[in-house]
Amino acid sequence: MLKKIRVVVSIVLFSLITLYFLDFRGFLPQSFSFLEKIQFIPALLAVNVAIIIILIALTLIFGRIYCSSVCPMGIFQDIIAWLSKKIIKRKRYTYSKAKTILRWSVLAAVVVTFLFGFTFLLGLLEPYGAYGRMATHLFRPIYMAGNNLLANILSSFGNYSLYKVSIYSFGFFSTIIATITLLGIGFLAWRNGRTYCNTICPAGTLLGFLSNFSFLKIQFKDERCNSCGLCVMKCKASCVDAKNKKIDYSRCVTCFNCIESCNRDAINYTFILQNTKKNNPALTKDDNIKKIKSIDSSRRRFLSATLFSLVTGSTLLAQQTTSKLLPKKAFKRQTPVAPPGAISFEHFKKKCISCHLCVSKCPSHVIKPAFLEYGLSGVMQPHLYFDHGYCNYNCTICGEVCPTGALKPLTVEEKHLTQMGQVQFIIENCIVYNDETSCGACSEVCPTQAVSMIPYKDALTIPHIDTSICIGCGGCESACPAIPYKAIYVEGLKIQGKASIKHEQQEQIEIKDFGF
Amino acid sequence: MDRRDFLRAIALTGAALTTIKESKAMSILTQSFQTNNSTTKYDLVAVMGGEPEEMFRKAIAEMGGIENFIKRGDKVCVKPNIGWDQPPEMGADTNPKLVAEIIKQCLKAGAKEVIVFDHPCDEWRKCYTNSGIEAAAKAAGAKVVPANEESYYKPVSIPYGKNLKSTKIHEAIVGSDKWINVPCLKNHGGAQLTISMKNYMGIVWDRGYFHAHDLQQCIADVCTYEKRPVLNVVDAYRIMKNNGPRGKSPSDVVIAKGLFISQDIVAVDTAAANFFNQVREMPIEKVKHILNAQALGLGTMNLDELKIKRIKL
Repeated sequence: MLKKIRVVVSIVLFSLITLYFLDFRGFLPQSFSFLEKIQFIPALLAVNVAIIIILIALTLIFGRIYCSSVCPMGIFQDIIAWLSKKIIKRKRYTYSKAKTILRWSVLAAVVVTFLFGFTFLLGLLEPYGAYGRMATHLFRPIYMAGNNLLANILSSFGNYSLYKVSIYSFGFFSTIIATITLLGIGFLAWRNGRTYCNTICPAGTLLGFLSNFSFLKIQFKDERCNSCGLCVMKCKASCVDAKNKKIDYSRCVTCFNCIESCNRDAINYTFILQNTKKNNPALTKDDNIKKIKSIDSSRRRFLSATLFSLVTGSTLLAQQTTSKLLPKKAFKRQTPVAPPGAISFEHFKKKCISCHLCVSKCPSHVIKPAFLEYGLSGVMQPHLYFDHGYCNYNCTICGEVCPTGALKPLTVEEKHLTQMGQVQFIIENCIVYNDETSCGACSEVCPTQAVSMIPYKDALTIPHIDTSICIGCGGCESACPAIPYKAIYVEGLKIQGKASIKHEQQEQIEIKDFGF
Repeated sequence: MDRRDFLRAIALTGAALTTIKESKAMSILTQSFQTNNSTTKYDLVAVMGGEPEEMFRKAIAEMGGIENFIKRGDKVCVKPNIGWDQPPEMGADTNPKLVAEIIKQCLKAGAKEVIVFDHPCDEWRKCYTNSGIEAAAKAAGAKVVPANEESYYKPVSIPYGKNLKSTKIHEAIVGSDKWINVPCLKNHGGAQLTISMKNYMGIVWDRGYFHAHDLQQCIADVCTYEKRPVLNVVDAYRIMKNNGPRGKSPSDVVIAKGLFISQDIVAVDTAAANFFNQVREMPIEKVKHILNAQALGLGTMNLDELKIKRIKL
């Protein structure tokens, strides 16, 4: 019964989370972004106190049900493991020793690099973000291709209820990372169930530590158990030791498979009194973190030093090579354009775990993962590019869905004033200047008229820029038809500014006649 | 050959070439406008002072009724301007009430189906929704189709075009029996004004080519595409006088309550440009695509030679 409830909850949440990533039509209401906001690491980064307290409380009461039924990566592994059992009938799990040192080392490395402002490692290993990238870069294109196929069939019958969409690749590097994640975690799950959760996952390590103190636990009834080992074969976390009748609670994800498997009713899920004095169940978050930090301090120092030198060294190297390798262009964006609500690169790069939900949700296809634009520590973090469109003036969806608070939610009025970058005009590339013919493609799309057309020769008009009212949406850059180099582009801002839009008075004009 | 003969020969060759060129243009001009009854009472009807749907009803009645242009069983395409993610109050897109009224009349005249689309500049779903046109058109009984993908467009040749020789036009136009061009009258930073001819840029896929190859010529060129609209209905209920075509604030908009209707795209744009000139100075010579279109023989800018009905409500 417990297992059934767990499976149903897991499937519902997993389907909704995945569908929310895939859904480009707005089929699921936007409020479903709460499914992303209740994820553990995003909630920590967003300092979403209510969610953190709820998740910790749930873990202290029930054990790792977050890992079991809320985390999409966890459920994804369960699905792979379930499939492997369907295909390989005789598959059985065995008990293995805890990889405590590995787990805590990974967590320490993640925490230290994060504190040094290198969020990449956390983003790479953290389960929700890793799943988000799989959904965005691997599942979404398949979903869209299916949509296009259906739309083609329907439109040939004159039915346009579905529409075709362009499938863009959002960056080679992130797609590769997503593929490696899928294959790597998928392989581990196929072989041994929840290996990733109990060796690498930083959320798993933290919550596993907490679940040592949970009130409700799975427990052997010593008098009934004959150590037959059926439960061990079913344990995807490899944490049940039937010989010694012990369960490693730090790895148990309370899936209840063992209870279901037992023929003798020798395992149950009950309230356990803490028998040690030092293990206080009412631990606060801060205490926990202190505990984590107290562990293996020499190792931590070693790791942090290694990683830090690695990171800084390679950043320097990368900066040197990129400036040499890139071909000379008429313009090269010096500073990337961060999505609206990023506040500053410092804030954004610290908080973003690259789940790419904003990439999936942007209706204008204008957000994509960076490669080295933000430097090495910002690999995979989203930035704006204007190959397929520009940031819609009235759209605020990226900030609304962002679960980590890396992008601040903006109201439409705030968005209208948020300056992500500033326009730059290169007159030598401009069609009006070179061909002396009309164009105006840039000014046409400019929502604030930071690019306006002013009188030029004869009846011609030529672009004129006012960076103070530019919001950096990239409309001009996207529209500029000049080849081979665009005549207008947006230079990003490291700290997002405020556009100084002036309000204009409405003139009363009365028209009495046709004028001809 | 003496010098006189030589000069004469050159003059004659030149003249002959000019004639050939002219006759090509003439062949466009001499294509009579397509109507179901042989004649319409007026070449152009201008209305002002009413609500959009009311002005259209008056205007079309003077043109002999929609039945004069739409036959029973026709597949009709109505092409408004849905270029921008703006509310109707900004006048950046065609008035949804006008679009709905035209659709209703077409269906009443027995049109088999009415399709509505545009190739917007802003994100298309937001344009279709926030312009109010998708909802109004669907409520009026039309089918609203997407135009966001290149595969919805069919390659066509533009034999009479000067700079634009071929392009891709949306299948809703290519596959229609009749189409009605329903632009709105606005200022435009590059083309000076956007009216009926500029509205053609929403039926093509690659607009960048237009901007890169003399926008004002390409606009005229695309209007020589063989399938002409049976009617051009210019919505001048709200006029965006500045910062067009997108507009930045309500102060760009003037409520002018005008409507112009004609089969002659050059004439209707000339009339609308003159109307606009009262709101903000805009000499017609600056709106080069109208001049270019007249040179291609697409219609006349000389409104005096036309039968015009003016109605004030």
